[in-house]
Amino acid sequence: MFPTQHLIICEHCDCVYEKAVLGKHQKTLCARCGGVLQRYNGLTVEQRLALSVTAGMLWLFANFYPVMSISMKGLKNSATLWDSVLALSQGPITFMAMVAAISIIIAPAFQLVLLIWVLSFALSARRAPGFKLCMRWLETLRPWSMLEVCLLGAMVAVFKLAGLLDVLPGIGLFALAVLSLMMIRIAGRDIRDLWDIL
Amino acid sequence: MKRPPTASELNLCLCHSCGLACDMTDDPHECPRCEAPLHRRKTNSLTRTWAYLFAALAFYVPANLLPVMNTMMLGNGADSTIMSGVLEFWEGGAWDIALIIFIASIAVPGIKFVALSLLLITVQRGSDWARRERSKLYRFVELIGYWSMLDVLVVALVAALVKFQALGDIEPRPGILFFGMVVVFTMFSAMSFDPRLIWDNAPDDEPLSDAPPQAAPATDGATPDPTGA
Repeated sequence: MFPTQHLIICEHCDCVYEKAVLGKHQKTLCARCGGVLQRYNGLTVEQRLALSVTAGMLWLFANFYPVMSISMKGLKNSATLWDSVLALSQGPITFMAMVAAISIIIAPAFQLVLLIWVLSFALSARRAPGFKLCMRWLETLRPWSMLEVCLLGAMVAVFKLAGLLDVLPGIGLFALAVLSLMMIRIAGRDIRDLWDIL
Repeated sequence: MKRPPTASELNLCLCHSCGLACDMTDDPHECPRCEAPLHRRKTNSLTRTWAYLFAALAFYVPANLLPVMNTMMLGNGADSTIMSGVLEFWEGGAWDIALIIFIASIAVPGIKFVALSLLLITVQRGSDWARRERSKLYRFVELIGYWSMLDVLVVALVAALVKFQALGDIEPRPGILFFGMVVVFTMFSAMSFDPRLIWDNAPDDEPLSDAPPQAAPATDGATPDPTGA
């Protein structure tokens, strides 16, 4: 076994490089296939943890406040994310309710819990109990977390219903908007840096 | 074209979970750092990708033919399919929303079918045509993959909101199940494809040297030097 920590392999074509130190706004690209090898990330552990805790609060707002409410001839109704999952669970399409629940509620929640767990220990330069398992789960969950799609979906729904009745965006929608942007920043691949610094 | 040495030439293997370059001299089965299983190439990549792709294609037909949603307004019920939803927005003058739904629900799955089939066929033929561009195509497929979930989430949200019994009621219909399955299976399909197969058996290029070169930093926006090094 020789040390390989300084090496980086392009996941798209298997080329091997030595890691470079990046400055602001810099990235390294594979010379053969053009894929991104490394991307500069300016977040410290403290900043990451702070953002994760904030995102956790926003997740609570996005889930417990209605995403939007409608009114029609004096009747009012509002829906949270969980309500929309339940709306799919009726009848033969229950399976889709599970997929929707994972992609807009469960996966982001797990990502945030794992991030906060791993990062709070990283703050004191320690590996959290179950660090390996947590980091592997963060990788597995990433493609199934679809908050930004949900945000676009909510906006399309606003337009879809606006022709039929009065639509009022709720606190949940604003929380969802900020949360989906923050998830892109904090739950991305660069969390792998923790392997090198811990 | 000169290129850096590959992982297989140096007897290394990329860990897909933590990104470590693992030394394969002792043939370890898992990554020494994160304990995720190691594979030099994704297992049965081509077969799995084809299988998921065909499954998705089979679901694509009912997804587009069956109604995804039923709208009841003052006693008048109407089923709508994905395409009729797009047309409704288009005729109502909201061409931008119509375009978003069309791209997410119809164009994206279509592009994924064509792109993945193209990648699979060229890899199976050992083609050396436009390798770099095919790599780019795969990354594009990965990027657009999950946006097709849009329609499922729109239907869920709309159905949860409009619940006024006789006055107005919107219910999801089985089409949305098939549609969601198309999205899930195309995502599995893209995940099972191993983009490194595009570059395997590249006869025309030789390694630059045995030592891995330093990755060259490029500023965002600037065009990287295609020769690298």
